[in-house]
Amino acid sequence: MSDITIRPSGSLASLLELPDNAAAVRVARRLRAECKRLIDVVPGHATVLATWEGEDPTDELLALAEAALRDDDAPVDGATVAIPVRYDGLDLHEVARLTRLSPEELAERHLRAEYVVGFLGFAPGFAYLLGGDDRLRVDRRAEPRQRVPAGAVALAGPYSGIYPRESPGGWQLIGSTTAVLFDPARPSPALLSPGDRVRFTAA
Amino acid sequence: MNAIEVLSAGPMTTVQDRGRPGWAHLGVPPSGAADARALELGNRLVGNEPGAAGLEATLAGPSLRFRSATVAALTGAEARAVVGGRPVEPNQPIDVAAGEVLEVGGYSNGVRLYVSVRGGIAVEPVLGSRATDLLTGLGPTPLQEGDVLPIGAEVAAPPQHVAERPRLQREPVLRLLPGAQAGWFSRDASAELAEGSWTVSGASNRVGVRLEGPTIERIRREELLSQGVVTGALQVPPSGQPILLLNDHPTTGGYPVIGVVHASDLSLVGQLRPAQRVQFEVNHGSQP
Repeated sequence: MSDITIRPSGSLASLLELPDNAAAVRVARRLRAECKRLIDVVPGHATVLATWEGEDPTDELLALAEAALRDDDAPVDGATVAIPVRYDGLDLHEVARLTRLSPEELAERHLRAEYVVGFLGFAPGFAYLLGGDDRLRVDRRAEPRQRVPAGAVALAGPYSGIYPRESPGGWQLIGSTTAVLFDPARPSPALLSPGDRVRFTAA
Repeated sequence: MNAIEVLSAGPMTTVQDRGRPGWAHLGVPPSGAADARALELGNRLVGNEPGAAGLEATLAGPSLRFRSATVAALTGAEARAVVGGRPVEPNQPIDVAAGEVLEVGGYSNGVRLYVSVRGGIAVEPVLGSRATDLLTGLGPTPLQEGDVLPIGAEVAAPPQHVAERPRLQREPVLRLLPGAQAGWFSRDASAELAEGSWTVSGASNRVGVRLEGPTIERIRREELLSQGVVTGALQVPPSGQPILLLNDHPTTGGYPVIGVVHASDLSLVGQLRPAQRVQFEVNHGSQP
């Protein structure tokens, strides 16, 4: 039995359902490296979307994905990125209240955890970071903000995230960073890529 | 320099080409012409490389002054147009003299009209594309009166007449293949999709076409974890009124996808007009 379910996604894409995010990151890397016919390989929380032009490569995708999961002794080696944060977010006190922590304890717990970039989405360079302290799980805001500033460090559900540019947004804002998350003029436009490790440092 | 001046941009005109495929894993939407077939035809008519950039106008317009003599073409939505006061035919190369003005009226059919110019629109590319992405702001800002757009040299062949005469349908039928969460909906929901007549909402844009019709009921209620989504995906938000994703859609989504429009029918989606009706031909695929 395979841990992988292939779901249809139209005439030129397939969605691979995987056991967890680590598997999704691993499979996405393998597909990107070894199946040159693919156009986009997009990890999600526990999925990989693969798109192509021309002949359907789904059988090859399944074989590559199974191989990627079998070779699970090879660690996924991502870069480690340090991001300086000031804990000055508009929702810091609300999140502290919801989690029954002081703002200082909240910041300390957020700084202590090590995060992995699960996937990107929502906006160019917006990384969904997994691996945070369970105590810091909060729901999205009931009313999304029309305007969240660029560099806002935020929490929602199992994720931490950083808004790359000013945009609407519904996550709870706990801090801010001066790091530039996305710059199309850089050779690697996104600061964070799926599988990278992230540590927040006190700014 | 060879350039065109924007006298009026109409309700919304952007620069478009084939967009930014290959960057979705970094959260970059595909973008690019919503009716890719029309832009491709325009490029062929003026003798451009197929990936050259043109203008995508919406509902009406634009008005443009050409600083130098060139060849242009109008494709996509149907509209009356004049160059230097002379009526011009769509889907044909149009000879334009230096200083002449192209004026396009309101569209009688379809919603997006493409202006192709020999050499292509040569604004600075961003991530390999000149396309404006209205979701994220990548690429040039939408055109405004007074803008001057440089014309490039992406020519591949002499301008050519093409026998192709694309016809826009009054009530298009879109072939719908199963989506990743087709199983989250009842058989009745699938039947509603196929039998219902759907109306395009006025709240539609390049991010998505909102459809109004029968409410599509889910049978599985759990929350969906974010997954990659494609242009043409038919997402069903909690309201039960589906949204068809267009080219500037976010790369990941958290609403279940009941179906995906066949890639060959995406150009039809790009021409759906507010208040227009549309139908789905549901193909259940080979999967059980």
